[in-house]
Amino acid sequence: MHKPTNNGAWLLVVPVVLLVAFNAILPLMAVVNYSVQDIFGPGQAYWVGTEWYREVLGDKRLHEALWRQFLFSGMVLLIEIPLGVLIALAMPRKGWAVSLVLVVLALPLLIPWNVIGTIWIIFTRPDIGLMGYSLNSLGIAFDHTASPLDAWITLMLMEVWHWTPLVVLLAYAGLKAIPEAYYQAAAIDGASAWKVFRYIQLPKMRGVLTIAVLLRFMDSFLIYAEPFVLTGGGPGNATTFPSIYLVKVALGQFDLGPAGAFSVIYFLIVLLFSWLFYQVLQNVGRGGAR
Amino acid sequence: MAGITFEQVAHSYERHPRGERDFALKTLDTTFEDGGAYALLGPSGCGKTTLLNIVSGLLRPTRGRVLYDGRDVTRLSPAQRNIAQVFQFPVIYDTMTVEENLAFPLRNRGLPAAAIARRVAEVAEMLELESLLKQRAAGLTADQKQKVSLGRGLVRVDVAAILLDEPLTVIDPQLKWLLRRKLKEVHARYNHTFVYVTHDQNEALTFADRVVVMYDGRIVQVGAPQDLFERPRHRFVGYFIGSPGMNFLPCHLAGDGLGIDGTEVVLGGAWFAEAAARPRARLELGIRPEHLQLATASEAGTVPAKVERVEDLGNYKLVTAMLGPHRIFAKVPEGREIGGDTVHLRFPPARTRLYADDELLV
Amino acid sequence: MSLVLDMVGKTVGEEMHLEDISLTLEPGRLYVLLGPTLAGKTTLMRIMAGLERPTGGRVLEGGIDVTRVSVRKRSVAMVYQQFVNYPPLTVYENIASPLRIAGLPRPEIDRRVREMARMLHIEELLDRLPAQLSGGQQQRCAIARALVKQARLLLLDEPLVNLDFKLREELRVELRDLFARQETTVVYATTEPLEALMMGGEVIVLDQGRLLQTGPTAEVYHRPGTTAVARVFSDPPMNLVRVAVRNGVAVAPGGLHVPLRAHLAHLPDGRHTFGVRAAHLSTRRRGEEDLEIPTEVTLAEVSGSETFVHVHHGGVDWVVQEEGVHEYALGEPLRIYLDPAHLYAFDHLGVLEAAPAVATERR
Repeated sequence: MHKPTNNGAWLLVVPVVLLVAFNAILPLMAVVNYSVQDIFGPGQAYWVGTEWYREVLGDKRLHEALWRQFLFSGMVLLIEIPLGVLIALAMPRKGWAVSLVLVVLALPLLIPWNVIGTIWIIFTRPDIGLMGYSLNSLGIAFDHTASPLDAWITLMLMEVWHWTPLVVLLAYAGLKAIPEAYYQAAAIDGASAWKVFRYIQLPKMRGVLTIAVLLRFMDSFLIYAEPFVLTGGGPGNATTFPSIYLVKVALGQFDLGPAGAFSVIYFLIVLLFSWLFYQVLQNVGRGGAR
Repeated sequence: MAGITFEQVAHSYERHPRGERDFALKTLDTTFEDGGAYALLGPSGCGKTTLLNIVSGLLRPTRGRVLYDGRDVTRLSPAQRNIAQVFQFPVIYDTMTVEENLAFPLRNRGLPAAAIARRVAEVAEMLELESLLKQRAAGLTADQKQKVSLGRGLVRVDVAAILLDEPLTVIDPQLKWLLRRKLKEVHARYNHTFVYVTHDQNEALTFADRVVVMYDGRIVQVGAPQDLFERPRHRFVGYFIGSPGMNFLPCHLAGDGLGIDGTEVVLGGAWFAEAAARPRARLELGIRPEHLQLATASEAGTVPAKVERVEDLGNYKLVTAMLGPHRIFAKVPEGREIGGDTVHLRFPPARTRLYADDELLV
Repeated sequence: MSLVLDMVGKTVGEEMHLEDISLTLEPGRLYVLLGPTLAGKTTLMRIMAGLERPTGGRVLEGGIDVTRVSVRKRSVAMVYQQFVNYPPLTVYENIASPLRIAGLPRPEIDRRVREMARMLHIEELLDRLPAQLSGGQQQRCAIARALVKQARLLLLDEPLVNLDFKLREELRVELRDLFARQETTVVYATTEPLEALMMGGEVIVLDQGRLLQTGPTAEVYHRPGTTAVARVFSDPPMNLVRVAVRNGVAVAPGGLHVPLRAHLAHLPDGRHTFGVRAAHLSTRRRGEEDLEIPTEVTLAEVSGSETFVHVHHGGVDWVVQEEGVHEYALGEPLRIYLDPAHLYAFDHLGVLEAAPAVATERR
């Protein structure tokens, strides 16, 4: 048996191509266009070549923002992926508890992003917030508006609370797809719980975990709404991520050229790392096949 | 290696079974001899998978005891029972090589590396997997994967029994017979107790030296393949084994012979005495299409039947005839011409069976 | 209207799926499309249906070129290996669906659905959903839906392959009788020679994308034109051995000498291939002429009411078919007997030269 070929099938893809063109390719081209010109106003633009790129690449504040971003995304992955897998492993596999747990888990995912920031602002406020007040009454001075560390802790907690459920759902779906026979065979082979995880559950979850890593990396790397609402990039520049910095440059100072160059670099970084993650995860446990 | 004994074993999936009907497996008392090649055969829902799970320990029977070589294992897990199992869909450890897959059960049991290597090499040689040892198991074909999962059972010297649950389902038709032969060779060489579950009569009869035919939660016959074909102890076995299955003709006592219901036909013979002893039973004559003889003309002991159809099936002709209201099949040799629309059937006594309430009388 | 395939071919990329197939399907007849997996059966049926366009050749219906006419505009029904039904619709609605699309009046739909359900023995199940049915019942429903349309062409692609053995046996007979009562042209694809013989009709033997032979099913079975047909249209495959003929004796590997008499008498000297069906080999001597071959058993396989004994001798593998169920140990020595009267002879290109008398008389 073989798959039938039909050249007419390409027509079916046309709407998506058009949509992507309007949504992604055209705006991207516009940004590229800005990045090579000096714009003074409508109709007043001068070709500057790679000047903005050189300026942006030499910008110390951008470097800081980028390192901050890598640190943040790295921590997000290191915490959320294992935590998500652990929770998924601990979840019930059948019975009424399944749907209950799933609904509770999905709750954070259903809340609008800017509302999340607001919730956490209130939650961590030292005067009326449950967390802020409790910590302070225990004698721990906690204030994310004053201490950079507290701001990071708050941001991290919020991020983990908000997005780990997504990893859990993906990992859970992966686990559920493993046929019962695998567990039976492992029991018969005398495998320990760790070996079951190492040789059955983890390999079978590889596909969904690849998706989880990619989603969480791209998403966290482009984080904007939450820190914008929660800390506004502060205290100082402690939580100024590239996206926040970019908005400051582009809209605050109206430096469209540097902002354009910055955007292109930003985009390329995300693309490069996503590709790297994908390649690495696809090849994990596959090298030497055939 | 072990013989497996079932003592009064019964199983119900209901929490509080009320009557017999709630039992997926009705009360069972039998023994699988040590070193035998057994097949559990029956249509879906007959209880064969329930029985297999009771053997393996995945299921604890509602009633009764399971003994391995006289030792009660009813409450032991599959791992504690020391069995091996090959599943319908190949179960292999994707990230390991074939060699690591085969070594896995031994490593888990902490055997010395040298012993593991020796054992793995031996089993790989037996299963013709030597050239694949260094390959990752994920890249294998379905039949190779099934060999690997069989191999994981065979590497264990002390394995009590090897269970196979429809192991050829995903194998290409052209490769099936090679794997069947491999299974038989493995059994001949190692003499493990094998229990092979299938709904496919050809597979069961080819593999096993003892076939356990199950129907409606009961074992209806345990026997060698040839026995099942020639002396089906239950109506269901007659129908299920063979293609087409046995012909059954409802009949009654008539004078000192048996009258076939709905016809004028009365057959004399040795059946009469047996049948007379069961006056209230539902009687049926059973004869296989290949055993039914066709005479050219009406003669003593033949019964006329109306020909409905004669099919040339290559090596034989299949005659469909009506004996009163009953449809009956007869296989005749390919050269034989069937002229006219009446045939004269002869029921050779040695090949004709009598059933009372579905059970074989003679 | 007859359906004519004129030099139809299909190539996908570098791969040839079908090559120059020319066929005429007469209206109302039953055709069995026989071939092993990957022979191109499905592709050929898809081209007949108009689901796929050939890369060469034409399809004519009643003399009109329909090669590029979409399946929607043709009168075609199809049944697949998988049990394809609409899951949310009841059996009744499933069967009624093609009639509703055709816009038939309600009472007419009702009459036809019930009649079809009766013919396929699913009247009791009309209110059920497909998921509540057994595999056999689901396939009955799919077949009813295909038949109820009364399309001019009904294509069945190995419809029984996913059913249990006994169910297959039962449904096969029912289907054949059902087709006999319909005016539809039926094309029934199968890999099994026995199923082809049971269906009867005309056979189209296909292998590796090539049309090997056509003709009345039993006749093609008894007189296979080539070794390829003999191999495909035989289960177990026909035993084929290369022999060298010299002075009225054929010598096969393993030291077997076959004296050439009767239908084999006129074979010229040189290389030939002899073929004998498994059923014509025996484990008992049946006549004076029988040749004895000492062999060793490699496996005894049970198939239905027969046992296929695979044996081995002098570098040649033979399969012997015995009636009934018998047991053999692996490696057991076994004498088998060959009656030269049942031998087929093919030339060095595999074309039939001589067939046994039993087979020839039929012509």
